[in-house]
Amino acid sequence: MVGSGIRNLIGLLLIAPAGALVLGLFVYPLGLSLIGAFGPSVEGGYPAPFGRFRNALDLYADDVLFSVLVIGLSVGIIAVLTVIIAGYLTLGTSPLAVAVLRWLYRWPLFIPFIVAAQAMRGFLARNGLMNNTLVELGLLTPLSAQSFLDWRGIVITMVWKQLPFAVLLVAGAMAALDRSTIEAARNLGAGRVRCLIDIVLPQVRATFGVALVLSTVVMSGVLSVPLMISAHSPTMITAQMAFRINAHGDYGTANALGLISYLLTGAVAWFYLRQGLREKG
Amino acid sequence: MPRAVLRWLRGTLLALAIAAFALAIFGPLINLLLWAVAERWYFPHTLPLEYGFTFWERVFRPTGGAMQSLGLSVLVALATVVVCLAVATPAAYALARLSLPGRSLILLMFLLPQAFPDTPIYINIARAFYELQLNGTIAGVVLVHALHGLVYAVWIATAAFAAVDRELEDAAFNLGASRLGAFATVTLPLAAPGLAASAIFVFLESLDEFTGTFFVGAPDVTTLPLLMFRAAMEGNYQIASITALILLVPSISFMMVVERFLKPEVLARVGA
Repeated sequence: MVGSGIRNLIGLLLIAPAGALVLGLFVYPLGLSLIGAFGPSVEGGYPAPFGRFRNALDLYADDVLFSVLVIGLSVGIIAVLTVIIAGYLTLGTSPLAVAVLRWLYRWPLFIPFIVAAQAMRGFLARNGLMNNTLVELGLLTPLSAQSFLDWRGIVITMVWKQLPFAVLLVAGAMAALDRSTIEAARNLGAGRVRCLIDIVLPQVRATFGVALVLSTVVMSGVLSVPLMISAHSPTMITAQMAFRINAHGDYGTANALGLISYLLTGAVAWFYLRQGLREKG
Repeated sequence: MPRAVLRWLRGTLLALAIAAFALAIFGPLINLLLWAVAERWYFPHTLPLEYGFTFWERVFRPTGGAMQSLGLSVLVALATVVVCLAVATPAAYALARLSLPGRSLILLMFLLPQAFPDTPIYINIARAFYELQLNGTIAGVVLVHALHGLVYAVWIATAAFAAVDRELEDAAFNLGASRLGAFATVTLPLAAPGLAASAIFVFLESLDEFTGTFFVGAPDVTTLPLLMFRAAMEGNYQIASITALILLVPSISFMMVVERFLKPEVLARVGA
């Protein structure tokens, strides 16, 4: 098998440069962040190996909880809206409404988080277009209008930005389904909602799960949104990591917070994988 | 209730829901546009008191910094595309064509950066780059942008090569072409639209990147997102909004044409 040996060697050589880049730009810094999370804390005087975690939790336990709640709520809202929008795109009966919705939902797809955050800083402010529209519609009085630039603003920005991605994936998977089972259920008298929940959703579960896990990871790593929408404590731990570095040069506590964020997203991915294995097994 | 009334009610509810959704999607963007052309706007006025382009002049005049940042951002993005495609094209060809052992594992390795939250990774890249004196340099910023750029480049390019019909390559072999010759004259031109799509993804990823640049580039390398962030933090809504609008143009244009570049047969093979 000289031929395949040479082919493997050529393959390896072709992949090597890209592999080296991933090693240097991802595996190595990941290793640094993992190692850097353990050791004695600079502040608080806690000993190794968990001192940095104790210090991180002393200072930022509220922010960890805040991050979990904000991301959990955002993912929950994204999940519900994704089912509704992708479901309507697949099962909707009004061609006009389907076309309008298809055109509408993807606008934020490639808009960067930082631009989304700036747009929301205007839109959700006390005098922003959201409150002003509600006032014009008579649903709100000018005096009771309040700024949404707190945890609600972070959730709204995350959902606004990340929803098109989830809908794109899930609606794509739904469009690829065999229409005949759906038609059969419809002919047997199943309503559209029942059809969506009992027939369509179970078949796109894997894609739905991937979309939600990837969204969780992306939202857990975003720095610009908390910095721009609501940076005062409690805020997302990404903002506190940046603060530890820029104000204190304290990589230990920042890395401990980083490892906490890996653990949280890892837990979500693990939960999803286990669910998938259980269904297959 | 009679059927007609019920249908009317349903239609109205649907129209209302879509209108509310449209407001949620476009409201923030319209607000951004308003801020970009507002001369004066404060509580409790629903709309700006005065419109104009004074701030545009301030952004675009030579000392405003926007033109330099735009030029720098485009330069960095182009360099990132070159770096990513230069290493991803051979890797993608090997992954798509050479049936290597552990192929799916290698593909998974190229997806790994997508599975971890960014901020802690970027913090440690900046730390490593500090030792290498890459912090605050354009090369450092290009490399940090290449991290996620590479994920798109490898996966989309692999799908593009996999979508090229093998029989066409075999025909080239039969006519006496070498492997390299067949690659250059048959495979590469046929995969070109997919490679172009991956190039656009990498370009946009770099143009829009904030967090990595924040840690690696600051304070010397001010890309457009960093310029926007600084204006926003200084509380200058007009300047931040105008800069944000400049960033919006490529994002929205790409959203409009993405389907033309990513053909279904390529999309279907992403990760396959």
